[in-house]
Amino acid sequence: MSKDNVLEVRDLVTYFFLRRGVVKAVDGVSFDLKRGEVLGLVGESGCGKSLTALSIMRLLPKGSARTLGGEVRLNGDNILTRSQREMREIRGRRISMILQDPQTSLNPVFSIGEQMREAIFRRTRRSKTEVLQEAVAALRRVEIAAPEQRIGQFPHQLSGGMKQRVVGAIAISGHPEVLIADEPTTALDVTIQLQYLKLLQHLQAETGMAILFITHDFGVVARMCHRVAVMYAGRIVECGPVARIFEQPSHPYTQALIASVPGTSRTSGARLTTIDGQPPSLLNLPPGCRFAARCAHVQARCRDAYPPSITVAAEHAAACWRLASA
Amino acid sequence: MRRVPWLSVLVIATMLVMAILAPLLAPHSPIDQTLRDKLLPPFWFEGGSGKYLLGTDAFGRDILSRLIYGARVSLIVAALALTVGGGVGLVIGILAGYLGGMVETILMRLVDAAFTFPAILFALLLAVTMGQGLGTLVIAISLLLWASFARIIRGEVLALKQRDFVALAKVRGCSQLRIMLSHILPNVLNTFMVLVTLNIGVVIIAEAALSFLGAGIPPPTPTWGLMVSEGRGRIAEAWWVSLIPGLAITALVLSVNLFGDWLRDQLDPRLRQQ
Repeated sequence: MSKDNVLEVRDLVTYFFLRRGVVKAVDGVSFDLKRGEVLGLVGESGCGKSLTALSIMRLLPKGSARTLGGEVRLNGDNILTRSQREMREIRGRRISMILQDPQTSLNPVFSIGEQMREAIFRRTRRSKTEVLQEAVAALRRVEIAAPEQRIGQFPHQLSGGMKQRVVGAIAISGHPEVLIADEPTTALDVTIQLQYLKLLQHLQAETGMAILFITHDFGVVARMCHRVAVMYAGRIVECGPVARIFEQPSHPYTQALIASVPGTSRTSGARLTTIDGQPPSLLNLPPGCRFAARCAHVQARCRDAYPPSITVAAEHAAACWRLASA
Repeated sequence: MRRVPWLSVLVIATMLVMAILAPLLAPHSPIDQTLRDKLLPPFWFEGGSGKYLLGTDAFGRDILSRLIYGARVSLIVAALALTVGGGVGLVIGILAGYLGGMVETILMRLVDAAFTFPAILFALLLAVTMGQGLGTLVIAISLLLWASFARIIRGEVLALKQRDFVALAKVRGCSQLRIMLSHILPNVLNTFMVLVTLNIGVVIIAEAALSFLGAGIPPPTPTWGLMVSEGRGRIAEAWWVSLIPGLAITALVLSVNLFGDWLRDQLDPRLRQQ
């Protein structure tokens, strides 16, 4: 375990067991999250980003989903072996989370103040006035104007952006070391998105917490993250510093993704590129590279065996056979 | 904003006062028979007497006094049966909806079974084995109620537990019990209150039916349901014997429903204006 890493995920495997078969939604995911860093986890819908987050939190949907293997080390301590009771102590205090939809993230029958008090009181057990002061301070930290008034209001009286700020305030009220943000700006409109991203960056710099930022939007990654991990069909295919990935993407999937972001293609005025085809069914994965069927550079060995992760440069690795031959 | 339904409050308060202060308010004994004065109409009709303001029944008992005493039994039965039956339904609905899995399967099969269960037959069985009385009545009516409460509450909980605030409560480290008590329960209380007010009518009518069948409170003690059924045989000539307690039931059910509507709005922060 490197001292720099607050969270290390190794070979995480989470499958859904359905009557139709086994859905290999997270199939051997490994990455490191360094102290005070924002790591982007990018991929299209259904590639396993959110399930990776839920596996780390150990909050898988009841019934069919199970984490079968791997390690999630929080400061060197594998939390996959902890009991649910111990996990309750870890959640909120050491790892926290923000979800996509601010409309349902707050309990509609309680005021903002009551919901913040619950979170703060559970952790500190302090007196009512102290907890209230801390709640007001937390709202101020997420740049909510007139927090003393907001605290008595109910979720329906706040705008979406405001609600998501409150959710953020609750999430960081426990001073977590790791914050998992699962598409926190997807449900916000564009101008509010930008404000929220700036706020998150600001909070991250202030508190030094590490953020695992899950998104499908490369534009957001460019603005927010230090490093980025690209996920495809349950595996991470490429990981590296954001600037380098944008300059020299090594994996054909990353290349295609970046080429399909408006405004990043080098020849402006050119048609936006798209990736043909569909990701493979997670019920029936090919033995080789999962991107092979859609890849422009596909070779024979791509279909036979999954490519190893190859270090391209410092901190930059990709899983592609083309790099092995180079 | 909906205004406070003062008329409903007045009706409910009057009935509560009647129930609590029955011995002070009733002009006559509710049980003593004066056969000489039987089947007198209310005082404003021909043949009516100022002595019996709302007339008398076939045994010459004062209807006003019986109505006042009857409020006791009817309100107590309604309150207890809704507390017991509704409460059991609420708990089972939340447990089944939130926990899911085997717990849900077992509990909901029990609910299905309860719907096919002949409640009246069971009530008669209870009356035979436990004897007639308040306890029997409350248990029988609770058995009739809990399943529909459980089914509706479970449906609400299924929708609620998908919302992100429940997921985030888990992220904050809340236990399952805490999530059920402080996140799910307050969100289904509105529905519960509406179910309670809607079912008050059902309870009073069930009480009437059970009393009529002899599985309720034994006859001389007046209950509204029993009074309605006692007048049934002479509805053509002495309509007031049934109609007056019937009107009392209608007024109570209507008032409670209107009050319940208002209460629901008050409990919902989205409808409550600041």
